[in-house]
Amino acid sequence: MNMVSFPPRRSRGTVHVPTVTLAHGGGGKAMKDLIDDVFVEAFDNPLLAPLDDQARIDLLDLAQYGDRLAFTTDSFVVDPLVFPGGDIGKLAVCGTVNDLAVGGALPLYLSCAVIIEEGVSIDFLRQIARSMAATAQEAGVKIVTGDTKVVNKGACDQMFITTTGVGVVAAGVELGAHRARLGDAVLVNGLLGDHGAAILGARGDMALQSPIESDCAPLQGLVASLLNAAPNTRFMRDPTRGGVATVLNEIAEAAQVAIEIDEAVTPLRDEVRGFCEILGLDPLYLANEGKIVAIVPPDEAEQALEAMRAHPLGRQAAVIGSVVAGESGRVTMRTIFGGRRIVDMLVGEQLPRIC
Amino acid sequence: MRYVDEFRDRAKADVLVKEIERLLAHTGRDQDRPLQIMEVCGGHTHTIFRYGVEGMLPKSIELVHGPGCPVCVLPMGRVDDCVAIAEHPEVIFTTFGDAMRVPGSRRSLLQAKADGCDVRMVYSPMDALALARQNRDREVVFFGIGFETTMPSTALTVLQAEREGIKNFSIFCNHITIVPTIKAILDSPDLRLDGFLGPGHVSMVIGDAPYEFIARYYKKPMVIAGFEPLDILQSIWMLLRQIDEGRCEIENQYARVAPAGGNAVALQAVAQVYELREFFEWRGLGSIDHSGVKVRDAYAGFDAERKFAVPNARIADPKSCQCGEVLKGVIKPWQCKVFGRACSPETPLGALMVSSEGACAAYYQYGGIKRGRDETEASVA
Repeated sequence: MNMVSFPPRRSRGTVHVPTVTLAHGGGGKAMKDLIDDVFVEAFDNPLLAPLDDQARIDLLDLAQYGDRLAFTTDSFVVDPLVFPGGDIGKLAVCGTVNDLAVGGALPLYLSCAVIIEEGVSIDFLRQIARSMAATAQEAGVKIVTGDTKVVNKGACDQMFITTTGVGVVAAGVELGAHRARLGDAVLVNGLLGDHGAAILGARGDMALQSPIESDCAPLQGLVASLLNAAPNTRFMRDPTRGGVATVLNEIAEAAQVAIEIDEAVTPLRDEVRGFCEILGLDPLYLANEGKIVAIVPPDEAEQALEAMRAHPLGRQAAVIGSVVAGESGRVTMRTIFGGRRIVDMLVGEQLPRIC
Repeated sequence: MRYVDEFRDRAKADVLVKEIERLLAHTGRDQDRPLQIMEVCGGHTHTIFRYGVEGMLPKSIELVHGPGCPVCVLPMGRVDDCVAIAEHPEVIFTTFGDAMRVPGSRRSLLQAKADGCDVRMVYSPMDALALARQNRDREVVFFGIGFETTMPSTALTVLQAEREGIKNFSIFCNHITIVPTIKAILDSPDLRLDGFLGPGHVSMVIGDAPYEFIARYYKKPMVIAGFEPLDILQSIWMLLRQIDEGRCEIENQYARVAPAGGNAVALQAVAQVYELREFFEWRGLGSIDHSGVKVRDAYAGFDAERKFAVPNARIADPKSCQCGEVLKGVIKPWQCKVFGRACSPETPLGALMVSSEGACAAYYQYGGIKRGRDETEASVA
């Protein structure tokens, strides 16, 4: 951690200039002021407060939640930084929280490393930090360590954020793509493709006005209810970049099974469908930031669906398909038209910098 | 969703499939001697695969996926020309997104962008013109690509630029025309086709009259078809009815969008800005007479070919490529020697693997089911 340590009795620094300059990355007083005034101010918690080079976490505290540590990291470079339904700060917390949650872990602590381009306004930085803090609170995690770097104009696009997270997996929770079996149900917790469509709309280069908001949300609560209702859930993943199609292919590949989904029951918002129709995109490949794909044994599918639907982030959950007999590694879809087609991995990308 | 769901109605599809089966029984065709129908347009190919239409049809109908994907038929030499233009430091090179990945002999536009060229994706030539307005110190070039469908919008953009006196805008014209290309396919000695689904969005501009020769001289029926899955099924049914009744005509299934006479305003703009080239080079099909257009002398200032020293080198298709045979329906995509091995959507060798509308890419992405059905008879459809 590059935050300077300082005697705890000293008062918090304050930033007196409107924009971030290279001085704020210099390691001196300006940087301390920025960290104090923007990040410590927003993230405020006892583990962060000493501003040492590391946060120290009591192992006994962790052990009360389970028997394995889950550890993950993710970088966020979304363009634009603010979009309908969220911003880079909210996304940076949700992304890492969800990566922990889908592994069956209770997310507990995050780090936050920010690379800032000189010239970004302090107010904007504050807005993003507060957004991170609010989302962290919603997700029940604490941001306990961090790093701040300032780079020359043009060396990054306003702001990149990296978050690393640790969580604890409860004893007995065993999830893995390879555990999928013939007959298992494939569930999603709601409408697909909102994030990808929202970002695309927000870029404004399509000259399309759309009311679509990103689904960006922390999913630890939904996952906990799901695991409670369907304890033998085989596997979960959050279908971010590459969308549901990509996750299903990864599962089919890992478990050496075939998966078939049904277009008629795949939940999609009319606006997202329209968006995809106009732009020639396939919603199965659009990113989601508040969704999970869950593989659940058939005898627990009904409870799993009920548990999802009872949660605010799962009202429109659906069983979209199942693990079927067929060429292993293959994902197919029954089309609404009555035909059948292959749903392959995405080649290249539909859209750059969506998260 | 209105205006979408009605055209994907499963119950109506079932009725049409039954009617198609009934008509087909009349024709006496079977699996060993299937009826071969070419859908000319890449948009049709995409719909057919996207909705699994081919798997719903009887095995005695074989769909041959035609040359109507402008990205696919773009020869490597023209991509090299694009990159050469984009390499000028003052140039902002604008293109539709799906042309970014088309391989040139050295590199694609996507690679050129990564190497520092200013290549930008636009959704309309008007977006490119707006860039020219905003960047008066730069040269904005729009990569004009496509059949008669996109030709008018590029022409109208040139006319708009002229009206506004915008000097830093030009188009790199690679527009192509469908009729000479269909003629070239009809003239090929190994042709086996029984009829055509005509490209509906081309007819939206040119109408149906330019296709008359297909019925009159080549005695092949054609139905101008829309792009929803029901459009495709209905068009196949109309084609079968013609064959069954011994008729050979140009019929229009897509009358809701494509009027018989085409679009006079669009045709006027096209005639004003472009003239026919003597010949144009196609990937997979070679050089075809009068199959492309260029910018007229009167608009030379908007012609990137004249503004920049374009190398205009002819690069031969890779030898292993069998795109031409696939295009003419002589072989199926997976029967090509390099399909799925040396040639895949990540590293396309041949034209048809390049865009999602290309027959090989569509087979690679969506088509394993149909292929499995044909090859092993282990029907899963």
